[in-house]
Amino acid sequence: MTKANTYAELLQLPDTKGHFGPYGGRFVSETLSYALEELENTYNKLSKDPEFQAEFDKDLAHYVGRPSPLYHAERWSRMLGGAQIFLKREDLNHTGAHKVNNTIGQALLAKYTGKPRVIAETGAGQHGVATATVAARLGLECEIFMGADDVKRQSLNVYRMKLLGAKVHAVTSGSRTLKDAMNEALRDWVTNVDNTFYIIGTVAGPHPYPMLVRDFNSVIGREAREQSLTQNGRLPDALVACVGGGSNAMGLFYPFLQDESVAMYGVEAGGDGIETGRHAAPLCAGEPGVLHGNRTYLMQDNDGQIIETHSVSAGLDYPGVGPEHAYLKDIGRVNYVAANDDEVLAAFRELTRVEGIMPALESSHALAYGRKLAQTMSPDQHIIINLSGRGDKDIHTVAGIDGITV
Amino acid sequence: MNRLEEKFAALNAEGKKALIPYITGGDPKPEYTEGLMHALVEAGADMIELGMPFSDPMADGPVIQKACERALAAGASVQGVLDIVASFREKDSTTPVVLMGYLNPIEHMGYETFAAKAKASGVDGVLLVDLPPEEAEEVVPVFKESGIDTIFLVAPTTTRERAAKIAAHASGYLYYVSVKGVTGSATLDVAEVGGKLADLRELTDVPLAVGFGIRDGASAAAVSQVADGVIVGSVLVNCIAELAETPEKIAPALQERIKEMRLAMDA
Repeated sequence: MTKANTYAELLQLPDTKGHFGPYGGRFVSETLSYALEELENTYNKLSKDPEFQAEFDKDLAHYVGRPSPLYHAERWSRMLGGAQIFLKREDLNHTGAHKVNNTIGQALLAKYTGKPRVIAETGAGQHGVATATVAARLGLECEIFMGADDVKRQSLNVYRMKLLGAKVHAVTSGSRTLKDAMNEALRDWVTNVDNTFYIIGTVAGPHPYPMLVRDFNSVIGREAREQSLTQNGRLPDALVACVGGGSNAMGLFYPFLQDESVAMYGVEAGGDGIETGRHAAPLCAGEPGVLHGNRTYLMQDNDGQIIETHSVSAGLDYPGVGPEHAYLKDIGRVNYVAANDDEVLAAFRELTRVEGIMPALESSHALAYGRKLAQTMSPDQHIIINLSGRGDKDIHTVAGIDGITV
Repeated sequence: MNRLEEKFAALNAEGKKALIPYITGGDPKPEYTEGLMHALVEAGADMIELGMPFSDPMADGPVIQKACERALAAGASVQGVLDIVASFREKDSTTPVVLMGYLNPIEHMGYETFAAKAKASGVDGVLLVDLPPEEAEEVVPVFKESGIDTIFLVAPTTTRERAAKIAAHASGYLYYVSVKGVTGSATLDVAEVGGKLADLRELTDVPLAVGFGIRDGASAAAVSQVADGVIVGSVLVNCIAELAETPEKIAPALQERIKEMRLAMDA
């Protein structure tokens, strides 16, 4: 089989059981199986329904403000002296990140299935805000689960969610971050499965979530591919995106998977450095296992217990990763690397000063790796970096590191 | 016949139902668990479900989640739980022991290694909460080979079609989850449970045990009217939580609750 053939087959995944090679699947307690089967059937039907797609596209255009620009960061590229860097401006979306692409889609599914209540987990709060936003617009009851530590470090987003009418639960169990929020959301869903739609925020969780979250976000890659061809007359040489659960990366990568000439880099949270063990980089330094309904790479100890993660960005502070990324790593289609907290903060400051764009700390991981990559390439080559979110929510964190109270 | 079959057959002959307490292995500390298991049997338990602690017990409520946290903090592990069962078996060769837990620690150890060790320790059955029948094809045969039953969950939301699929994989007993929710949540509706169990009986000869929502003698007795086995967990684990600082008081407290349920069920 040729490489191109293999890559074309990637577009057919997952299989009918939700598997991406050995990863993915539906590892949930029995009470949820029916709800997931129902969701899968609904999605299979609606994703082929022109009326549903038209409503989704219309919301993306008029409510989210798509297409988002593909911006040539000329000054930054010149300064680095390597490849031309293009930023996919998901930070300009309504609510400030790519997360809303997915919540618009899932809220439409909730509407079509007649569920009056939505729940979501959130790390940095971007997915929580995006969920609360679409819930407000559709008049749905909304409850958000957020780790107690994240509630503290992302207080601005917590207040935004409250203003939007959502109830925010601070989760105090376990490591008090994103994974514990997801545990709690799953518990709520098991209990209220009859009237509740669970809007998962990333390409992880039980089948069909990794597939449908990818599909809703792949508008990013479709636009970027089209914009590259019309603006530059060519495809990029490389794509770079940050990976926590991996929804912005999957959204960018998926429409390019069969373009052999396009290299791809997923950047995980290196925290204090992979060698310190204090990081959130399961693809770089974890092992396969089963958590939150899917088989994927996980951060775990010798007994198979999930271990705590460390990252300056709440949105990447997760011990697992989407199963499709796990498979793309194994077959070598995507290179997974890590950026440490200090490199991330430097990239945050650099883009802010050189281009007047303040990126989210999550997206700054992609910028930190992308700038290094650009320097190894020539000025006639192109890189697209996914600027998945804006940095307003991180001002307190950065100011805190500078020793300033704002 | 294995221990589970023998026990259900013996109970059946006496016209009794199985009383199946759950405690988390290693809670509050690994050195207490074996003693608590013997105490449960002495008070009238027919078999024991022993939890293998996991850091992220998504299907459990706060009571069992905290039990996992206590056990892990005290050094509990899958291997540690297996050692506890092996030690329990030195004094009790007849009471069936079923290990209950989540997939990841078992997958991490390796299914074959785990099955061989579990068999050698005297484990009779394994219930993996996040292993649905669709994903079980690689796992069940490994356990079967070692003579270990795989216990599956059936929920109020399970369709008849799925129930048939689950029944086809099941051995030991089927665990019917009486309420939509996590462990330790709502109170169950016995009439509704009875109806569901009647449907299940058409699909399988495997004994049917009911768990979630059983908290005292009255609810245990009511469920034993319609089920072959009554599983009680969060009430006992809550007892352990309250007495974690005075561990010598745990066994008598558990025994008091088990005796109450035993009496009510046998009345």
